[in-house]
Parts: sequence; C-alpha cells; structure tokens
Amino acid sequence: MDKTKELELKKIATEIRKSIIIQTASAGSGHPGGSLSGVEILTYLYFVEMNIDPKNPKDPDRDRFVLSKGHASPLLYAVLAEKGFISKDELTGFRQIHSNLQGHPDMKKVPGVEMSTGSLGQGLSVANGMALAGKLDGKSYRVYVLLGDGEIQEGQIWEAAMTAAHYKLDNLTAFLDHNGLQIDGKITEVMSPEPVDEKFKAFGWHVIKIDGHDFNQIEKAVAEAKTIKGKPTIIIAETVKGKGVSFMENEAGWHGTAPNKEQAQKALEELQKQLESLEVQG
Amino acid sequence: MAKIATREAYGQALAEFGEVYKDIVVLDADLSKSTRTEIFKKKFPERFFNIGIAEQDLMATAAGFATCGKIPFASTFAVFAAGRAYDQVRNSIGYPHLNVKIGASHAGVSIGEDGASHQMLEDIALMRVIPGMVVLSPADATSTYECVRLAIEHEGPVYIRLGRLGVEEIYKKGELKLTLGKGIVLQKGTDVGILATGLMVHEAIKAAKMLQDEGVSVYLVDMPCIKPIDVDLILDVAKETGCIVTAEEHNILGGFGSAVSEVLIQNYPVPVKMVGVNDEFGRSGKPEDVLKYYKLTAEEIVNKAKEVMKMKK
Repeated sequence: MDKTKELELKKIATEIRKSIIIQTASAGSGHPGGSLSGVEILTYLYFVEMNIDPKNPKDPDRDRFVLSKGHASPLLYAVLAEKGFISKDELTGFRQIHSNLQGHPDMKKVPGVEMSTGSLGQGLSVANGMALAGKLDGKSYRVYVLLGDGEIQEGQIWEAAMTAAHYKLDNLTAFLDHNGLQIDGKITEVMSPEPVDEKFKAFGWHVIKIDGHDFNQIEKAVAEAKTIKGKPTIIIAETVKGKGVSFMENEAGWHGTAPNKEQAQKALEELQKQLESLEVQG
Repeated sequence: MAKIATREAYGQALAEFGEVYKDIVVLDADLSKSTRTEIFKKKFPERFFNIGIAEQDLMATAAGFATCGKIPFASTFAVFAAGRAYDQVRNSIGYPHLNVKIGASHAGVSIGEDGASHQMLEDIALMRVIPGMVVLSPADATSTYECVRLAIEHEGPVYIRLGRLGVEEIYKKGELKLTLGKGIVLQKGTDVGILATGLMVHEAIKAAKMLQDEGVSVYLVDMPCIKPIDVDLILDVAKETGCIVTAEEHNILGGFGSAVSEVLIQNYPVPVKMVGVNDEFGRSGKPEDVLKYYKLTAEEIVNKAKEVMKMKK
C-alpha cells in the first residue's frame, strides 16, 4: 500500500474513532471498546475493498458485510455515515427513541446494514447463507463477517464454521477481532477459546494472522483470502480493545460503558491530536 | 383412501412448487427422511442444503439466504425449530422480518414413542408471540399444500406446523383455496361452536357428528391459520352459538385456544372450553394411545361441548 493511501485511511479511521466516542457519549450508553478495536478492519473493507454503492444499497451484485458482534454498532454506523449511506447528523441520535440507530444494528431501519445482529453467534451462519446464495446464483460477490473473540464462545459459531468448510465457501472471509477482552475480563480467564487459529484450521478453514490495526497487513490478508479456493478464510486480527484512546486501551471496563462528558472530551482531544499529526505527515 | 401425514404432503408440495418458484431453497438438519424434504432434494439437489444436526445454524443460514432474495424453507422437527433455535428464529428471522419459511414437522404428542423430549406442545405459543410471524397448522394433505402456497406468496416469516401421523383426507386437491387469516367453515350450527386446528380437526369432525346424533347443532370450523387469526369468523361463531370449544394438539396455555379466547374476551365474551394438553409434558406410547392418554379425542370434545353449553347465559 502506498504511503498516501495509508495516510488517507488512517485519517478516516481516526474520524471514525471520534464518531464512536461522540455516538456513545451522546447516548450515554453503548460499546466503545470493541468498536474502537475493529476500526481499521471496517475502514479497509468499506473504503478500499468492498464493491458497495450508497446510492444503490440493494445492488444484488454488491459485496456483503455482516457485523456479527452487533454491539459494535457505533463502528458500523460511523463507517456507513462516512461512506454516505446515512447522514452524519443522525449519529448523535444513536440509541435514542426517535432514531433509527438502534443499540444493535437493524437492517430494516438503516440502509447499508446487511443483517440485524445483536444476539451473539448468529452472524457467521447468516454470512454462510449469503455466500451459499451467491454460489447458487453464480455471482462473484464476496461476503465478509466480523466476529468477536468472546463471541466465538457461542456454540453456533462452530456449527457455522463446520458449514462454511463443508460447503467450501471460498467467497466468505471472516475477521476475528481478537482483542482478548470480554465484559467480565480476559477471554482466557472467562472461557478460553484458545488456540483459535488451530481450532479454525481443524474446522477446515484457511487461517491468516495479522496485526488488525495495520492497513498493509489487512490488505495483504484480504488479497490472500481471495486466492484461496475450496475453503473459507479467517483473518485473526490481533487488536487492542479501546484502541486510540489512551485510557480505554486494554480495559475490559470499556466494553459496554459510555464515556461521560469529560471523558469524551479528553478522548476527542487525543484523537484530534492524532489527526493533526497525520495531517502534518500528509 | 390412504392416509397421508402432513409432513409427507409438505415434502411433496415443496417438490411441486420448486418447479415454479426457482428461488425456493430447502434446508434441513439431518432429518430430510423424516421431514420429507428428501422429496425436494431428489428433484432439486442443487437447491437442497443439509446443515447437519445444528438447528441454530440452520435457521440463521436460512436468514442469510433470504437476504439474497431466496425463499428458504428451513425444515426440522417442531421441537427443535421452535424450541432449540428459538433465539435464532426470533432474532435472525422474526426481528428482521426475513422471508424464511419454517417447516416444523413432528409437532404435538402424536409423534408417539420418542416421548416428551421430541413431542412439541409449546410451539404455537412460542411462534405466535414473535411479531410478524405467520403461524399455520394444516389438518390434511390438501390443506398442507395450500399452506405451503400461502407461505410462498406471503412476504415474511411463516411457521408451518406439521404432523408425523398419517391422516385422512378432509379436502380434495383443487377444491380448497386457503386465504391467509381465514378459517374454513365446515358446517354452520347454533348450539355450540367447535374450532379446531391441525390433527384435532379430525377429532372435531367426529365430535360434531356425535353431537348431532344427540340433536345438538354444531358450528364447526377448521382453523389452519392461527396467526393472523380469523377474528370475523370467531365472532360469527360466538354470536351464532354463544359458546365455544377449541381443540388443539398443544398445551392449552398460550396456544390456539388462548388465541381464540383473546379475540373473544376483547370483542364478544362467551364461555370457552379448551381441549388440549393440560400443562403437562408428553410421554412415550403408540400415537393413538398417547392421544387417548391426553384426552385429545372426539369424546373429550363432546364432553367439553356439553359442559360449555351449560355455561351459556
């Protein structure tokens, strides 16, 4: 990836981080931690990779993205707003009674949301259905899904992992947002899903491990996934929960807690500084 | 006339409609021989997907298909469809109002020997409280064919309750045209109304004859559509007869009888007696023996009819 493109993506990612803080702070609730950890993954997918058009959100040939970890809705809304599916003005209505931006994404209310999610463990199955339909129709669209590393404690994930491999869904790429934390603490202490790479390998998946905040590694992994035939790919992305906001990083407490006014201001100031330093580079 | 189970009619209907509706895909959870989706699988192998013994995955995969314009029929036993995969049906199918059809076979106690773990007496209750879910419960082969047709023509989630037991023909194919939300008047009468659904329609028909032999005039209705329910017809029966018996192969709590009562109590209250399983789990036995054990019989409908007629004002 050339430096200019990378810098541009980093700026978008920082804007999205600001939006996550603004949304959760406006709502007084929501999930900033796991939204911040997935920023680079969604930024790459929506601003580089996926064939999607905000003017034609139901194009049958579009690529699909399923946010299986539906609590990261502020991340998805921020990306959809940045991309032009929804208005940026809507974002401050997040989780409030008159807004379409539900606590967890509702496909019937928000253009660009491909599936209503929230009850964990169901998104991979849905993505499988989309990928199977694509194969049946001879379409070349690809399906992406973002899983949480706590989420994969749900048994249905492994049912779906079996199905994807059984039906050789090479048009499906899953990302695992491997930030190591869930509500009650470290995933390895609550209920360890490790070793996740070996588990997915054993289930018949092609496994790639990357730094989930490095656009170059994300780009290479996505490109590699497209070359793999006869099996689905999972990109295990090592990430930091709360990434980008110093006092939120690696703190399980920020899984489902919104910043108050002062905290939000502090976070936004930090992010603004990051943005300014990117501007200097650019 | 050979008896045909509604699950058999379901498999046949899918194979038949599969010719016309190329968007139909059928998913099963390792029970295609029992749900009879095997009939579709043989004809359209490329549009059949066995998801294995994984009902949660089955339902959410069907949801994914629906987002891409397919008409998925997700098929398994009722106890797994409405029970084990309830959260997937609620959140991945009902909440986004996706066009998934759930073919739930082996409902009720008449599955027989497998016993309580496999008998499903709560599915009507569970499915009808999901907003936007259509709940169908056909009584015979022709009615099943019509329910599959309604499911295909309706845009949105549909639950079709099917039985394992072979049942006699009530309607001839081509002579029944179902409308969503409408019941079928089998005969009109003035002394008591009998509203039945699914397998119990057969017992209700016998009960009506028995009552008529005693000089009782019976308003007899088959209700293959539990949701949306035929409010107008229920009220007509109530006004004509002043008392109603409901009959279902389901827990009397939250099921078909409850649905009928909800309509009556809000519009035109008349006494109601319910024939169903009295808040119990099922037990193993030959289907006919189990049905008798739980008093899912014409005789019991007659008893309840006599009781409810005494309650009339």
